[in-house]
Amino acid sequence: MRKNLNVIAAYSIMMGLIILVGIFQSWNIALSIFNLCLISAVMTMGANIQWGYAGLINFGIMGFTALGGLAAVLISVNPVQEAWSAGGTNILLSLFLIIGIVLAVRFVLKRYQKSKIRNYVIGAIIISGIIIIRFVSEPGIEAIEKVNPARTGFLGGLGLPIIFSWIVGAFFAGGLAFVIGKVALGLRADYLAIATLLISEIVIAIIKHEDWLTRGVKNVIGLKRPAPYEVNLQQTDWFINLVEKFNSGKLALISDLSERQAALNQFVIEGSSVFVKLCYSGLFLVVVIILLILTQKALYSPWGRMMRAIRDNEEAANAMGKNVVKQHLLIFVLGSAIVGIAGAMLVTQDGLFTPGSYRPLRYTFLIWVMVIIGGSGNNFGAILGGFVVWFLWIEAAPIGLYLINLTTSGLEDTHFLKVHLIESVPYFRFLMMGIGLLLIMRYRPKGILPEKIEIK
Amino acid sequence: MDFLNALILLLNYIFVPALAYGSQLAIGAIFVTLIYGILRFANFATGDMMSFGTMVAILFTWYFQSMGLTLGFFPTALLAIPFAILFMGLYMLIIDKFVFKYYRLNKSPPVQLAMVSIGVMFVTQAVVRIIIGPSDRRFFDGEKFLIRANEFKEMTGLNEGLAIKSTQVITIAVTIILVSTLFWFLNKTKTGKSMRAYSDNEDLALLSGIDPKKIVMITWMIAAILATIGGVLYGLDKSFKPFTYFNNMLPIFAAAIVGGIGNPFGAFLGGYVIAFSEILLTYAYKKFFMYVLPESMEPDGLIQLLSTDYKFAVSFSILVIVLLYRPSGIFKGKIL
Repeated sequence: MRKNLNVIAAYSIMMGLIILVGIFQSWNIALSIFNLCLISAVMTMGANIQWGYAGLINFGIMGFTALGGLAAVLISVNPVQEAWSAGGTNILLSLFLIIGIVLAVRFVLKRYQKSKIRNYVIGAIIISGIIIIRFVSEPGIEAIEKVNPARTGFLGGLGLPIIFSWIVGAFFAGGLAFVIGKVALGLRADYLAIATLLISEIVIAIIKHEDWLTRGVKNVIGLKRPAPYEVNLQQTDWFINLVEKFNSGKLALISDLSERQAALNQFVIEGSSVFVKLCYSGLFLVVVIILLILTQKALYSPWGRMMRAIRDNEEAANAMGKNVVKQHLLIFVLGSAIVGIAGAMLVTQDGLFTPGSYRPLRYTFLIWVMVIIGGSGNNFGAILGGFVVWFLWIEAAPIGLYLINLTTSGLEDTHFLKVHLIESVPYFRFLMMGIGLLLIMRYRPKGILPEKIEIK
Repeated sequence: MDFLNALILLLNYIFVPALAYGSQLAIGAIFVTLIYGILRFANFATGDMMSFGTMVAILFTWYFQSMGLTLGFFPTALLAIPFAILFMGLYMLIIDKFVFKYYRLNKSPPVQLAMVSIGVMFVTQAVVRIIIGPSDRRFFDGEKFLIRANEFKEMTGLNEGLAIKSTQVITIAVTIILVSTLFWFLNKTKTGKSMRAYSDNEDLALLSGIDPKKIVMITWMIAAILATIGGVLYGLDKSFKPFTYFNNMLPIFAAAIVGGIGNPFGAFLGGYVIAFSEILLTYAYKKFFMYVLPESMEPDGLIQLLSTDYKFAVSFSILVIVLLYRPSGIFKGKIL
């Protein structure tokens, strides 16, 4: 108990802060912060097992998040029959062609010795394959995108409940990570960072511009929900009764009957959105707890010890007979899969998929700030980092506004400096993140909750 | 005649823009490579440092314009560059003193320095946005075109026009002057030689009495010059927007690595490799073939290898291929 005192203290302070937001701003805001904190926590857990356990830098978090989001779309949206009949065959044919190319390249790689000719043959297979695929897919893509472009214009998905996408998202992200890992894991640390950063940009470019699959920048809105809709809740009797019971004290103070009814309606509307958010919080919390248990178990297992050994001294681990390359690939895939889950959760919560909103600053660098600030190598630290940083990211604007008003209180309200500063309040979050990261790296390089290795 | 038309077409839409864009990337790539070679970390704040320098230049440009001071044919921003470089250098030295120096003295691993540079990136981005705002700004004045498309058509009697923007010429000219001075400095002067020695083998350089403090300071000053000029040239040619500058970091990194990181000449050429492949692969060649091929063989499609949406993806794919087959870059950089 004593050992974990700082963990408990840190988490209590964090919860206290969120509750304060609930009391002073609104429970709606507090809960939406809390939900995104949970999603961030999943992302940081993914990044943490790559960086904290194995020392791999993955700056491609944005790409894996987006793939998770794509999974949510492909699983939950109802299939567009018209589009399938218009261009489905071409797309399926192209898919088989891609598989064929991959198999052909594999065959050449396995069958023949490494030589220049082999490289040229592989190049020729890929290039001619791409050309054939373009000829096959182009008419199909055009036909699909013509089908009711304002509403669909894409193939749609499978029409399954969106919760499944959390698992599928993990598989998508893990699959991509496998390919990237095969290609890039041999690189030195900072090259790996740059390579993954750029590859994730390629992924986003594809998601943004392949309209037949993702609707691209036209966005997919109105995704299915695992939680009830506010509008339906507001008309259900048990919910109204629940809200009435909950607010009976406040309602009793109002004597006028019609006024009381109006107040109750107000409470029901507020309560419904809080209730929906609570549903999400419950779901997310389940995911976070499952992942936390699994990652903690992994950390203290022989496998976790091996990963740390590889991280701390690759050559020595290799000499002891550990397959470094294989383990690196494994952990890269696992970490990215967790990020994929988070990506699907994020889209589930928002109910919409907006490829244009995936930007490296928000989805890669911010997650890294969370891991570093929280404490790499320590799962509790990483989760805490997700909470702290996301909380500050949201609350930076109000805090910044308060500070500006405090420091410029001597100036008139119309003074140009004050007006300018107040206009630029949204950017204070960058400043806060940057300074926070620099301070932590300088004075507490292991994060708020540092890695603690105890032999059990 | 048709052949000439086709040639002019390629010059107008591929060669001239790619040369200008490549020069802008090349300057940025040399900046990345210098920091990597001498200070030994991948600087993720590259794009934002360039945007900081450009911001200062824009503020000076506005100041000069408000005083009625212009350069006539040339954009006023050229006058503002020296002042911007001074501020940029100051900013970089301050950052170095308060941030990077500590890690350098502790001999931290490059990864940690890269992380720190992300912190610097956030701070710089905030400073730029707080001072000048996130919106798109054009600060170009002076004569826009050196040769207009229709003037060219009248002059030569061809169907295709060749438009050369003055910013393109300025970009290329400034790049040539800047890069040749830099290479002269690195290869011929004593300070430049000691910088290269330091980059090659730090311990040996220290043994032969090279002052690391001086090397680091000069590196930051050169970096300030490169960042400011590269940023201003890009801003003059296109426009200034902090977010675009942040994104430009990616092709710049690609250029530096393709050319072989730590090798300034490689980075210089890498910029052009990236720019030309981006534009060559995403240009629609329909018109070109219409001129070159006989009428019966005219193509119906756009003859575009990749849609322009994939511009960035092209350069990144090149990077991935280079990393796979020649990890030290085309022109042999540092050991990977």
